[in-house]
Amino acid sequence: MSLKSWNEVPLGGVILEAGNAKEYKTGDWRSQRPVVDKEKCINCLTCFIFCPDSAIKVENGIMIGYDYDFCKGCGICANECPKKCITMKPEADFR
Amino acid sequence: MSTATIKKIKKALTGNEAGAEAMRQIDPDVAAVFPITPQTELMHAFAAFVADGKVGTELVTVESEHSAMSATVGAAAAGARAMTATSANGLALMWEIVNICSAMRLPVVMPVINRAISGPLNIHCDHSDMMGSRDTGWIQIFSENSQEEYDNIIQAVRIAENPNVLLPVMVGSDGFIISHALETVEIYEDAEVKEFVGEYTPDRTLLNTGKPMTYGPLDLQDYYMEHKMAEHNAIHNAGKVILEIGKEFGKKFGTEYGFFDTYKMEDAEYAIICIGSTAGTTRVVVDKMRAEGKKVGLIKIRVFRPFPFKELAEAVKNLKGLAVLDRADTFGGRGGPLYIEMKSALSDVKEKPVTRNFIYGLGGRDINTTDIETIYNQIEETVKTGKGAESFSYFGVRGDV
Repeated sequence: MSLKSWNEVPLGGVILEAGNAKEYKTGDWRSQRPVVDKEKCINCLTCFIFCPDSAIKVENGIMIGYDYDFCKGCGICANECPKKCITMKPEADFR
Repeated sequence: MSTATIKKIKKALTGNEAGAEAMRQIDPDVAAVFPITPQTELMHAFAAFVADGKVGTELVTVESEHSAMSATVGAAAAGARAMTATSANGLALMWEIVNICSAMRLPVVMPVINRAISGPLNIHCDHSDMMGSRDTGWIQIFSENSQEEYDNIIQAVRIAENPNVLLPVMVGSDGFIISHALETVEIYEDAEVKEFVGEYTPDRTLLNTGKPMTYGPLDLQDYYMEHKMAEHNAIHNAGKVILEIGKEFGKKFGTEYGFFDTYKMEDAEYAIICIGSTAGTTRVVVDKMRAEGKKVGLIKIRVFRPFPFKELAEAVKNLKGLAVLDRADTFGGRGGPLYIEMKSALSDVKEKPVTRNFIYGLGGRDINTTDIETIYNQIEETVKTGKGAESFSYFGVRGDV
């Protein structure tokens, strides 16, 4: 998404389309990235229940990973995981 | 001078009644009201028009000025022509939303009946209220008398709603001196004012469910500056629109309005520049001193934001001495707000007059013709002796200054 210049933005900071919050990738805010060890994961989906950003991807009852576009790196999943198989790693390690 | 043939009705009105009369003719969709001295009477008179069914306005009685401005902003965002009015501490309490109003580019019009900001607690005239909000992105227009207040409020609607402007406008009038003094005011016919003001058809409205949009979203590092730049440009470009509408108003109603008004400036050597009702007092002194052979003149500011710095530098550059009268202080700045602007305007001019700042009339302290004559004599003395040149201090205060 290319950024608009001052004479292109809608007046007064108004957002002219509805529902475009999904275009705003809040994953940019993340400084710690959750990484799951699927060897230890029991697919209890506790992480899915607790995630405040719906960033846990689940398919057919299996936790398959993260939606890093929206995961803000809060670490709740790592904290709640009963098997302690989620580790928070510095985002810088992935750049 | 005027080619206008419009019918005018002479009425004896206080400034507040003249303001209410303008609002009656504008007939805004929404007005949020909260009382504060000396503005109270204006909305009081307007509320009577609402109660009598003379306007279709939705009158919202709120519980504070913060709410008054919030309700006005909400109504304006919804697409209504929305107004409110206030004074001094009321404007101070609104301040948060005052900034949001201009940033949201909502064409709200607000009469401000100028009064000293507390403390110490005072209800009388000075300009500290509007000067305190001079950098909020609102267009600021000041009036000398009730007639100008009436005329300015009518023009303000057109200025604010102009598609090239879309900014809120405050119209200042001196508390008590204008707001509570009975004067002859020429009121134009309702139909003529309504025709001049026109229908308000906003491009965007929050209540248009067919085209949903978000007002006032979070605006961080990536876009805040772009929105501010657009606001910066809009207020600087508003000057052109203010002049066009001032001309159009003159054509229709007989009195043309510009950024400022000059009186006997053509060959003037010494001049006073001031804001508001003091200009009326000064004009009398100019006549008296002119009769005595003194080459004195007057400049009265009408538009303070956007500040017409190029035009004013041009207007004063040939003077020997310029006394700048401020009815507000900046406490730690280089004099009053008008003085700072004039010094800045004159920095672009090579040959410039000797200037001196007089901060006067705070909290409603009287300024009379003798005082004004003293100021003219003092600026002449300053030019001749150099004493007091480029200084800023209080005038009419007890103790050495």
